[in-house]
Amino acid sequence: MPRGILLAPLWTWLLLLVAAPLLILVVMALATPADGVPPFMLGWRFAAFAMLVEDFYYADALVAALRLAATTAGLCLLIAYPMALGMAGVRPAWRLPMLALLMLPFWTGFLLRIGAWIGLLRDEGLINHLLRGLGITDAPLALLYTEGAMLVGMVHAYLPFAVLPIFTALIRLDPALLEAAADLGARPARVFFSVTLPLTLPAAAAGFLLVFIPAAGEFVIPELLGPPEAQVIGRVLWQEFFQNRDWPLAAALALALLALLILPIRWFQRLGAGA
Amino acid sequence: MKPGGVVRAVMLAGFLFLWLPILLLVGFAFSADRIPFQWGGFSLRWFGVLAANERLLEAVWLSLRIAAASATLAVLAGGGIAFALARFGPFRGRALFGALIGAPLVLPEVVIGLSLLLLFVALEGVIGWPAGRGAFTILLAHASFGAAYVAVVVQARLAEAERSLEEAAMDLGATPLVAFWTITLPLIAPALLAGWLLAFTLSLDDVVVASFVSGPAGTTLPIALFSMLRLGVTPEVNALGALVVLVVGSMLALALWLFGRGRA
Repeated sequence: MPRGILLAPLWTWLLLLVAAPLLILVVMALATPADGVPPFMLGWRFAAFAMLVEDFYYADALVAALRLAATTAGLCLLIAYPMALGMAGVRPAWRLPMLALLMLPFWTGFLLRIGAWIGLLRDEGLINHLLRGLGITDAPLALLYTEGAMLVGMVHAYLPFAVLPIFTALIRLDPALLEAAADLGARPARVFFSVTLPLTLPAAAAGFLLVFIPAAGEFVIPELLGPPEAQVIGRVLWQEFFQNRDWPLAAALALALLALLILPIRWFQRLGAGA
Repeated sequence: MKPGGVVRAVMLAGFLFLWLPILLLVGFAFSADRIPFQWGGFSLRWFGVLAANERLLEAVWLSLRIAAASATLAVLAGGGIAFALARFGPFRGRALFGALIGAPLVLPEVVIGLSLLLLFVALEGVIGWPAGRGAFTILLAHASFGAAYVAVVVQARLAEAERSLEEAAMDLGATPLVAFWTITLPLIAPALLAGWLLAFTLSLDDVVVASFVSGPAGTTLPIALFSMLRLGVTPEVNALGALVVLVVGSMLALALWLFGRGRA
């Protein structure tokens, strides 16, 4: 049976590199931190989970992460929908170059783009330099390491992901439907609100979730652009793991984040199956 | 559908927002000033400083090797998995198989990084392999999530590709292996290449997963950049950014061209 011979290595790959790590995460969350290398002792204790419930620091970090993810995804959607509409409106020959223009920033390196924002926003950065040069401000404005800088960085990093599904849905829209609505006397605004928008709403939801899901676990942007008090779950998990060397607690935090993301992930997968 | 004035304005503003920081980064890479993003006259000196920064160049070289190897592994695994899902019909555990390959697409990076590190620690404890962590564990970790992206791209291509061509070849006496080699593989080759490039870039861009699964010997470019950015930017980062924009831009143009040819 050649199929079995082909499937065996693929199963091994998936079980070893995807399934096993997630199961080990559960085992680790039930272990006890200890001095040593590696810093834990196996066991069956719920101490790490108890800590998540007892210490509001962790619950707050989860809420802060969800809030950051929702704000980022909402802002992305607000910008992405009209952008996708504009991109879908250009001549078909221009669509692929437009897509390239949208995706190229994503391919230029995430950290380099954050580096660009640091260079623009910091006290001696370009924006403060210009503001002082024009005589608008005397002292540098504190732009970097603020909530605003963090949000700008988040939207900049994730915007293309929100545009893609909406753009795809818009260009797949049957032009006959739009023509029929127009022939029946609907004005362009009416055509948009009663045909285009309802038909592309699932894609807009997919775009929202495509940003929300990864943004909820984001570590790098809050760390490099955000204020120290923006303690989102990604940052807290990182600190517990790297600084406090509390592996069981870090594993419990990862599981808590996954539990919160299960519903958005299921919703996203349902949208994908319907498309 | 004619875009209205507002729509066009938002689109242009959106593209400007995406592009302006990158264009400024590239432009100021050619400034002589010590302070990044300040114009001190045209100069290539920061490219020279970059070329002399051996630690950073070593990190670039390590990252490129990891990215190429992990993308290749990801294409083998992800391509095989996509083929099994598209062509094997029902088999036992197919739903789980599909869910597992899709999982890395929706798991947060910190979860992927932490869980893979725990896997490597557990494997070392039980069977003594992989001994220690570094470039090899980063390579495996990147291949594991790269395969998920490759599988999506290849599955889409396989769904489009005419199955009847493979069936015709087999009706004419070709063995499944010959049919795969002469019909299926050329059909999905553009998708395999696109998947490879995607996995390559994702690997080159990853700091979170690599930080978890690397040891002291595994300083990739993103890990080095991350620690540099924690202390603030330097003009060298701009020079590096300018080079990356050039290289990646031409690679994406190549991918687009191949994709367009594969479609036509």
